[in-house]
Amino acid sequence: MSEPAIVVRDLTRVFGRFRAVDAVTFDVRRGEVFGFLGSNGAGKSTTIRMLCGLLRPTSGQAVVDGVDVGRDPEAVKPRIGYMSQRFSLYELLTVEQNIDFYGGLYRLSGERLRARRQFALEMAGLVGRERELTRNLSGGWRQRLALGCALLHEPAILFLDEPTGGVDPVSRRDFWRLIDDLSRGGTTVLVTTHYLDEAERCDRVAIIHAGRLAALGTTRELKARFETRPILEVRSSDPVAVMSRLDRDPRVESTSLFGTAVHVVLRQRGDGAAAVREALERDGLPIDAITPVVPSLEDVFLDVVDDLDRQVPA
Amino acid sequence: MRRALAVAIKEMRQIRRDRRTLLILIFVPTFFLFLYGYALNFDIRHVRLAIDDRDGSAESRALVADFQRSSYFDVVAGVTSPAEVDHVLDANAARVVLVIPADYARDRRAGRPAEVQVLIDGDNANTATTVLGYVNGVLRAASNGVAAGARIVGVEPRIWYNPELRSTVFLVPGLVAFISMITAVVSTALSIVREKETGTMEQVRMAPISTVAFVTGKTLPYLVLSQIGASIIMAAAIVLFGLPMRGDWLSLSIFVGVFLAGALGTGLLVSTIANTQQVAFQAAALIALMPTVLLGVHLPDFEHARRAGALRHAARARAVLPRGAARHRAEGPRRDDVVGAAGAPAPTRWW
Repeated sequence: MSEPAIVVRDLTRVFGRFRAVDAVTFDVRRGEVFGFLGSNGAGKSTTIRMLCGLLRPTSGQAVVDGVDVGRDPEAVKPRIGYMSQRFSLYELLTVEQNIDFYGGLYRLSGERLRARRQFALEMAGLVGRERELTRNLSGGWRQRLALGCALLHEPAILFLDEPTGGVDPVSRRDFWRLIDDLSRGGTTVLVTTHYLDEAERCDRVAIIHAGRLAALGTTRELKARFETRPILEVRSSDPVAVMSRLDRDPRVESTSLFGTAVHVVLRQRGDGAAAVREALERDGLPIDAITPVVPSLEDVFLDVVDDLDRQVPA
Repeated sequence: MRRALAVAIKEMRQIRRDRRTLLILIFVPTFFLFLYGYALNFDIRHVRLAIDDRDGSAESRALVADFQRSSYFDVVAGVTSPAEVDHVLDANAARVVLVIPADYARDRRAGRPAEVQVLIDGDNANTATTVLGYVNGVLRAASNGVAAGARIVGVEPRIWYNPELRSTVFLVPGLVAFISMITAVVSTALSIVREKETGTMEQVRMAPISTVAFVTGKTLPYLVLSQIGASIIMAAAIVLFGLPMRGDWLSLSIFVGVFLAGALGTGLLVSTIANTQQVAFQAAALIALMPTVLLGVHLPDFEHARRAGALRHAARARAVLPRGAARHRAEGPRRDDVVGAAGAPAPTRWW
């Protein structure tokens, strides 16, 4: 395989005394859908802004499509596409006028502009609605139009910053189909999200927490951390009492609330389920069901974040 | 520059559909034009005048009649004592008191300089200086009847550019600057801050367009529109208010352009500080109004001061000692004690 699309080494950005991004290192392969998972304020957007040449790294290096971003931030811009959760379109322009404007920014003209305009319209499903005001489009259409505008100049790498915010589930699913198509066509996609189901669709996921890279791998690799530590799901009418009881149990590593159920991470394999049931019954706590569950990415996320917080006390 | 052009085209298309910007660019200038052209007027008419005629002669009555005829003054009261003079001014019953001394007619008939005293309420300095101008005008006219030999230097004042001293003639051209300032600063600031608010600014910054090209593309449409706006105001001033054009259009347009470029720059400056359209609007409006408020296009102090000054010099040329013109009386510091002269001059303080 050719050189990676993105190479990041010890990338750091400091705002005053706040380390927004702290020595992050990773590679993104060409044609890969690379997920950036983290809570709000974890440093996802700051990282993307550095990779796009909008923000200068305090230290470390980022090479995007062969361009050292810290050294030549302008050179990276023609090579990348960017779309944010705000679907930055001009509401007072028509669909076509928006496309023409972004095409103009990337110096498309003549035949190429016509071809790319057609591509964007088809991708967004807006053929025949070119003269509609963007203001009147609903979320899903806008999102796809914004994506089309970000792809007009056929960038090698596409950055998506929480691209599905405020969009209905059907549009979200359609949108991810488009992402998969792009990836198959060879475009590298780096997408930030805090939706775990979206992260599951990525080839590889980086979990970022408090500016640090907490874990990186395919979802399968990430879930492997639970191989020796089974997870039980306890359903009870009093989940809070269950959690506080089990947190004191030496066999239990951690507990967390998933909706109305409690996920319990055990320290080792064995007959954990029976032991947990016995412990809860001894204290007279109500139990509806105890079942072993396959770890979800959410389990991984919480576990990784816990690990990191334990390493670096806040 | 093709990219700057793309931005400019986009901006024009946006403005066309943007009611708020259109409102600022069209409604505000129209509003101010009509307000200033038709409603606002700094010309002073019907000044309340009180007369203290101690002479009671045909000559003194003729002088009073001169004041009445001038249309600037309305004779509202006759007074007979210094106490009454104080009272009518204090009670604001009159703004001006004309005191004609008992030997007025005698002096005039003898061809000697006759003296009168004029007391002007100076609580509004602008009005006072304007009124002083009117008083001097009337007195000068009255003096012209006197034998030419009595006059040392003859004065024939001509006011250039605005011979009738119509306030519209200097207010409306000032409007060109005032309105252009507001529309240019506000609309530029708003247009850029709006891009910040909607996030399109970030999107554009991700594209390979230089800051210079972006800013050029953003401001060019507003420069063109503001220039058109300024031309419309000037055309309206000529058609509606009969403003005479003294000078050439080309240099006026060029300097309006230079002025607008400065205003647009100010708008850009505001947009770098403001993050919401509300803040941008307030800041831009405040900054745009500042020179007007501070330098007084609204209340043209300088204009009056200069005019009053010119009259003082004219008076000096006639050997009138101008010492009373701006001196406050000890017992009434808010009034100007003005001594004018009818006939050949030799003013003295009266009490």
